[in-house]
Amino acid sequence: MSRIGKIARRTFLIGSAAVVGGVAFGAYYIGRPAPNPLKPEPGQAVPNPFVVIDQDGVTLVAPRAEMGQGVQTTWAAMIAEELDVDLGQVRVIHGPAAAAYYNTAMMGGLLPGKEYEMTAFQHGIADVLGKVGKVLGAQITGGSTSMADGFPRMCAAGASARETLKEAAAQRLGIDRSRLTTRDGKVIAPGNVELRYEDLAADAAKLSPVTDVALRDPSQWRYLGKSVPRVDMAAKATGTAEFGIDVRLPGMKFAALKANPARAGMAGFDASDALRMPGVEQVVDLGDAFAVVATNTWLALQAAEAVKPDWDAAAYPADTDAILARMARAFDGSPDSTMRDDGDVATLPAGATEVTADYTVPYLAHATMEPMNATALLKDGKLDIWCGNQAPILVQDHCAAAAGVAKEDVEVHTTFLGGGFGRRGDFDYAVYAAKLARAMDGTPVQLTWSREEDMTHDFYRPAALARMKGAVKDGKVVMLDGRIASQSAIRQYMTRMGLSPVGPDKVMVEGAFNQPYGIPNYRIRGYVSDLALPVGSWRSVGNSHNGFFHECFVDELAHAAGADPLQMRYDLIRDIHAPSAGTLAAVREMSGWTGKTPDGIGRGVAFCYSFGTPVATVIEVRNEDGAIRIAKAWIACDAGLALDPSIIEAQMTGALVYGLSAACFGEITFSDGAAEQQNFYDYDALRIHNCPEMEVRVLETNPYLGGAGEPGTPGSMPALANAIFDLTGTRPRKLPLMHDFDLLV
Amino acid sequence: MSTTLTVNGTPHDIDLPGEVPLLWVLRDALGMTGTKYGCGVAACGACTVHVNGTAVRSCQMALADVDGPVTTIEGLGTPDAMAAIQAAWVDHQVAQCGYCQSGQIMQAAALLADNPAPSDDDIDMAMQGNLCRCGTYPRIRAAIHTAAAKMKEA
Ligand code: FES
Ligand code: FES
Repeated sequence: MSRIGKIARRTFLIGSAAVVGGVAFGAYYIGRPAPNPLKPEPGQAVPNPFVVIDQDGVTLVAPRAEMGQGVQTTWAAMIAEELDVDLGQVRVIHGPAAAAYYNTAMMGGLLPGKEYEMTAFQHGIADVLGKVGKVLGAQITGGSTSMADGFPRMCAAGASARETLKEAAAQRLGIDRSRLTTRDGKVIAPGNVELRYEDLAADAAKLSPVTDVALRDPSQWRYLGKSVPRVDMAAKATGTAEFGIDVRLPGMKFAALKANPARAGMAGFDASDALRMPGVEQVVDLGDAFAVVATNTWLALQAAEAVKPDWDAAAYPADTDAILARMARAFDGSPDSTMRDDGDVATLPAGATEVTADYTVPYLAHATMEPMNATALLKDGKLDIWCGNQAPILVQDHCAAAAGVAKEDVEVHTTFLGGGFGRRGDFDYAVYAAKLARAMDGTPVQLTWSREEDMTHDFYRPAALARMKGAVKDGKVVMLDGRIASQSAIRQYMTRMGLSPVGPDKVMVEGAFNQPYGIPNYRIRGYVSDLALPVGSWRSVGNSHNGFFHECFVDELAHAAGADPLQMRYDLIRDIHAPSAGTLAAVREMSGWTGKTPDGIGRGVAFCYSFGTPVATVIEVRNEDGAIRIAKAWIACDAGLALDPSIIEAQMTGALVYGLSAACFGEITFSDGAAEQQNFYDYDALRIHNCPEMEVRVLETNPYLGGAGEPGTPGSMPALANAIFDLTGTRPRKLPLMHDFDLLV
Repeated sequence: MSTTLTVNGTPHDIDLPGEVPLLWVLRDALGMTGTKYGCGVAACGACTVHVNGTAVRSCQMALADVDGPVTTIEGLGTPDAMAAIQAAWVDHQVAQCGYCQSGQIMQAAALLADNPAPSDDDIDMAMQGNLCRCGTYPRIRAAIHTAAAKMKEA
C-alpha cells in the first residue's frame, strides 16, 4: 500500500513535495469505512483518504480519472469549498487504487427501470446499492457518475478536515472551537490571531476527526456553482502534464506491442530479422501478442514490423457483411429484454398510418488521442504500474495475476489520460505491460501501441441494427415499437472483469426504452447477438446507437404526422418529465426555431435522456457549393445543480463533436477478421474548419444531479441526420454519412 | 553516428541512427515528453515543434534532416513564465484531456509569428492538421484571437 510521501513524489503534479509530519483527513463514513489507503510515515496520523496537510501545504486527493472531463477540478472545488483553502494554492493528486475510493453512484445506474421516473425513495435505494460498489472494489470513472458520486461527499470531507483543524487550534489556544473561523488556509481566533493549517497539522493528526459537520448553504459558496480555473490547465498548456506515455524511469526500456489483427491467439513468431535491427534488445512472447524491446520506441515499432508472426484465425465471421448478417439473425431469436411495453403494439389503432424504418450503425473505435500504453516495473516481487486508466482496482487485480504477484504487491500509479471515452475502463494495455515486466525482472519498461495497433485492437462500440415500426393518427404518434440488435458490450466487459453477468442487458437498449415520451402504445425490445468480436463501452454506450435510432424514427413519425418535429417532441414529453421538456423549449428559443428553413439550409432536432441528464440538440447544415457544412449547433442540458458551468459546457460541446465525428466519418470495417481502418487518415474526425459553431445552455431545474461527460453524444447523430433530411429530402438511415452524402471535409 | 541537436537553446549529442524521427529523439532520448505521439504519419499534429522557427511534424522529420535549432513546447514557456499564447490557452480554459494541446499551441504560435492578426479562415487553414478528439476547437479559435490581441498590445 502507498505511503503518502511516495504518492506525492510519483504523481503528475509539478513541484511535488513529500509529506512529512502531516495529516490526512476525509469523510468516508458509510457503513464500516474501507481501509485508508494513505499510510502515514512514522509520527503521522492519516485518519482518512481525501485531504492531506503537512508543513508544505494542502493536498487534495481526487481519486477519479482525469481524462479531460474536469473531474479533478470539481472534486477539489467541493473539498476546498468547505475547507476554506484557495483552489489555486492546493495540490490535487489522483492517489492510489483503493476500495475507499469506490464509485457510489455507478451501481445505482444498474437498477431496473427508467431513471427519469425514479422517486426519491428509489434514489435512496440507488445510494444503498452504491455501497455494493465498495465490496466489488469499483473505483471506476465512467457512466457520467462523478458528480452524483462526489457531491456532497467531498464537501463533507472538506468540512470534517476544517473542523478538526479548528479543534486543534481550540485546544492550543484554550478557547472553544465555536469561537474560531477559517479563511484562506488559516484558523482565525478572536483578536486576529491566525494559525496556518500547515502549523496545526501535527496537532490535528493526534485528534479523531470531527464528523457530522453541517454543510454550508449554497448561497455561501465561493467555488461551486461557478466556473473555476481548472487545476490541470497550466500543466496542459505547457506540456508538463504527465500522461501514461510520458512516464520516464531511470534505465527504462521502450517496447512496442503487436497482437493478432484478427483478435485471436498466436501460434508463435520468428524474430530473427527483428533482433538484428538497431537498438533491439529482445522480443518477448506475451501469449496472444509479442513485444519488441528496444532503446527507443521508434526502433521498437520498426522492428515489430520485421517479426514474422503466426496468427490464429478469428472466431467470428471474417468480414463486415457476414458480421452484420450474423447480427441480424439475433432478430429471429427471442428477445433478451423487453424493458418497455406500454399499451398494445400488436394492433394498429383504427385509422392510423403505419410507418416503418430500418437503421444500421457501424462498429466504432474510441481513438483516444493518446494511444494505449503502460509502464511497468517488477522488482523484488513487487509490481509498479503507471498508466492512464478509468478503473485502477481492476488494473491492480489483473496485473497481479499477469505478473504472478499478490494484489497487495501491486501499486497502480494513475496518470492523466490522453482521452478515455470508455476505452480506458478496460485494462488490457496494463496487463500486457505487467506480463512484459515479468519477463524483464528488475528493468522498467514502457509498452506503447502504435496508432495502428490502437485502432485495430480496440474494444469497439458494437455495430447495431434497428427495426422500427410506429403509427400516427390525427397528427399524433400513437405507437412506437422498436427492436434493436447488437452485441452486449456490458456483458463482455463484466466477463473481462471476472464477473458472471446475469439477466437482461439494460445498457444495450438505453436511449430507446427509457425516454420520457408519452406514447400510448410503446415497446422496446433488445436482441443480443452472440458474436465474439471484442466490444466495450464507447462514450454514452447504448445511447450512442439508440439515440440515433429512436430520434431519427421519431422524426420520421413527425414527418408522417405532418407535425413540427420539435413541437411534437415537446408535446409528447411535457406531461412526463418537465426538465426534459425544458431542454426542448430552450433550444427552440436559442435557435429561433420556426419549423421552416430557406433553400440551402436544413435543421434537425433530437432529444435524449441519458445518465440522468436530458439534452436537446438542434443542428443547422448548409449547402456550401454542393458540400454539406455542419454550420451551427444549439444544445440545452439539465444536469441539475451545475457545479461548474464552464466544464459542463465544454463536456457538452466535446461530446457533440465526438458524436458528429462518428456520424460523419466513423466506422470500423473488417476483412479477414481484421479491422481495416489503421490511423486518422482513414478514421478521421471533425477538424477546426468543419466543426460547427456551438451554443450551450445549462439549465438547473432537474432535482437530481445528472452526468455531463456523455449525454451530449447521443443527440448529436440524429440531430445531424434529421437536418440533412431537411436539407436534402433524403433520410439517412445508415452511418457514417460520408458514404451517402457529400460532406465538407 | 553522433549528431548534435540544439533544442530550446541547449545543444545535445545524440547517439541514434539518422533515420529516427525527431519526435522520438525528443521523447525517448532527451526525455522531453511535452511533444506528443498521436499518429506517426502526419495526420494529427500532436507532434508539432518548430525547426528554424517553422512548424513541422516531428514524427516526419528524420534526425539527419534537422537543419536548425528546435523549439518545443517546453521552450515556449513554463507554468511560472508562460508565453502569451499559453496564457491565452489558460484564459479560455481550452484543454480537456490536454494530449493534443502541445501540438495545437506550437502550430498556433507559428501561425501568429507569420500572421499577427489571423482571420477565422486563416485559423482554419493553419490549424486543420491538428486533430483534437476532445473537440476543443471553439476555445482554440478564441484563444488564438485573444493571444493575437495581447501580442499586438505588447
Ligand atoms: S504524431 Fe506527428 S502528426 Fe501525428
Ligand atoms: S484536448 Fe483531448 S485531444 Fe485535444
